[in-house]
Amino acid sequence: MTAALRFDPIRLPEKCEQLRKEVRAFLAEEIAAGTFDPHKPNREDTDVPEFSRKVGAKGWLGMTWPKKYGGQERSFLERYVVTEEMRVANAPTRRFFVADRQSGPVLLKYAPEHIKMDILPRICRGEICFAIGMSEPNSGSDLFAAKTRATKTDGGYLINGTKIWTSSAHIADYMIAIFRTSPPTKENRRHGLTQFLVKMKQPGIKVNPIGQITGQYEFNEVVFTDFFVPDDHVLGEVDGAWKQATSELAYERSGPERFLETYYVLTELVRAVGKNPDTRSAEGIGRLVAQVHTMRRMSVSVAGMLQAGKEPVVEASIVKDIGTVWEQQLPHRVRDLAAFVEETATNRETLERQLDFAIKTAPKLTIQGGTTEVLRGIIARGLGLR
Amino acid sequence: MAESDNIIVETAEKIFADLADPQTINHDKKDAWKAPLWQALSDAGLPLSWVPEDCGGSGADLADGFALLNAAGRFAVAVPLAETMLAGWLLAQAKISSPGGEMTVLPASPRDKITLNADGSLSGRARGVPFGKAAKHFAVLANGNGGVSIALVDAGQARIEAGLNVGYDNSDIVTLDKAQPITIKPAPKGFDQTRLMLMGGVARSLQIAGALESMLDISVRYSNERVAFEKKISKFQAVQHNLARLAGESAAALAAATSAADAIANTAAFNDEVFLEATAAKIRCAEAAEKGGAIAHQVHGAIGFTNEHILHRYSLRALAWRDDFGSESHWAVELGKLVANRGADELWPLVASR
Repeated sequence: MTAALRFDPIRLPEKCEQLRKEVRAFLAEEIAAGTFDPHKPNREDTDVPEFSRKVGAKGWLGMTWPKKYGGQERSFLERYVVTEEMRVANAPTRRFFVADRQSGPVLLKYAPEHIKMDILPRICRGEICFAIGMSEPNSGSDLFAAKTRATKTDGGYLINGTKIWTSSAHIADYMIAIFRTSPPTKENRRHGLTQFLVKMKQPGIKVNPIGQITGQYEFNEVVFTDFFVPDDHVLGEVDGAWKQATSELAYERSGPERFLETYYVLTELVRAVGKNPDTRSAEGIGRLVAQVHTMRRMSVSVAGMLQAGKEPVVEASIVKDIGTVWEQQLPHRVRDLAAFVEETATNRETLERQLDFAIKTAPKLTIQGGTTEVLRGIIARGLGLR
Repeated sequence: MAESDNIIVETAEKIFADLADPQTINHDKKDAWKAPLWQALSDAGLPLSWVPEDCGGSGADLADGFALLNAAGRFAVAVPLAETMLAGWLLAQAKISSPGGEMTVLPASPRDKITLNADGSLSGRARGVPFGKAAKHFAVLANGNGGVSIALVDAGQARIEAGLNVGYDNSDIVTLDKAQPITIKPAPKGFDQTRLMLMGGVARSLQIAGALESMLDISVRYSNERVAFEKKISKFQAVQHNLARLAGESAAALAAATSAADAIANTAAFNDEVFLEATAAKIRCAEAAEKGGAIAHQVHGAIGFTNEHILHRYSLRALAWRDDFGSESHWAVELGKLVANRGADELWPLVASR
């Protein structure tokens, strides 16, 4: 066999189920207290600092990290449960999610000790927000085309250039970004990029909001003008960021957030059709549930591989490819079925409002975190085609 | 699941490789390969792997049997291995011993019913019975006034109208008209036709997943050999993306099927969670057979459409297997009804329960 893809049926251990109950109880309390509305994914106010701090106080941020940095040394599968419950409840996770999923693990691996001791506990307490500076104007998914320069100077680097499509930069305290420290070589166009920790809200950084077709402001353009980054904020190897960036992607690409972003419309459709659906609605719902179940089984399987210390790059790319294509199509399939929902369904207005938002959200889902085309290239490489 | 640490799967794969090589079979127009293959499988005790030793079988556990079916799918084996395994498993539910030889189960569709008459005979019509014509015995699930019964019936008691499925394997109409069973016993409490159909459906899911693994494998190999426009076609991005999608469908099928098999093998109760796993496997694997098969044929160009090429051995069988023990449309309706009946707020707890 050329491929030998495996998706073993990993089950979440018992302690995950206990944790799941705790998370559900916490979310139910927050909903009851009016912190957020689970039926309104299109909030303008997704930045809810108090909520982040409460999640941190529960010990649900940096869950897998060492205790000396504020972590809990819990398993990757336990973190998985927290992520999926938050996502399904439409909880306002924007402020802490990037730091928890990606930035924290990067710092753990590559930051000097004093920076880890300073920043990681604050992430765990839900006090700070991170952004990721990868894409640039005219580069996007082509990471290695990044041009924003980091020029060596006394005690650090001067940054000049522009990052774009940077989610949460307007609220972020820090950014982990890739800048060009040398030109690419003829042999290796990936050479010459370095990863830096950038402290936001400093002179030399300008954050310009970019409106989205959903009506939200989440993206930003971030312009650096002679912005100074000290030497100890270099993360990992100078000119060697490409090796670092690619090994993190399995975490970004296989989680529950990669197939559950529009899930709420399915729940609302089930509510609208009621207890005795017609055959067409029943079949449509049955297929969608079979599909989401299958993706979740694949995603949990990859989480199990990560927990076991493997690097399932191809498997994670497969989960993101079919997961994001699915969550992109979901609002449209639900719309097909909703055409037959009774006018009198009590949640009809909620369903219509959600569909409107989900249909507008859908186009971005197969772009963020690596486009479908890039992922299929990675899968093709895994199959031995390139 | 390329290489296995499972002794049953290793044994089966060796037999399949020696006696069921798809290329050899494809050249043999006379089915002469079937007898030695069946003999070797029987000698190894594989058709009765789900039958306890005290019922005449080899007493393998459910998980090993499911892995064996996945391997059989990778070779697109066209002998009634899955059917005999299912029949033996069904009989064993009522502690009925399995005879030797080919068997299959009645009914093979949730839309057909066999009735136990007041005089102890069996009547009914079962359509789409895989390998009905090849079976020496039928394992029958029948409904009567006293509830559900399981029976062993000699094939001579049945009227058979032979048919072929999309994959050119026998798929027959089997009619029982006051047939006298060899043995009949009550089914265990709670055992019903749905459970038999879903067990069959999960067996087919594993076979479909196996066939897709092989379709991916031979498509990747072909794309690395075939040259067009002065390049290997594997170097064209459009072909690479198609193969990446095929890998996705194959992976989804394998994940859904192995998860359902694991659920059945490790859960005593047949609850809503197991129902979700089993129906989802059949639905998703059938969808993958359609999408994945189309891509495999596209990559092979016209050559994959010929009798001479082995691709159809996998693609057509995977498509045919969608129909057995309830199609994906049937199970989607049933799953949709279950979900609607539990209510919107119970959907996520159901999905997250496994």
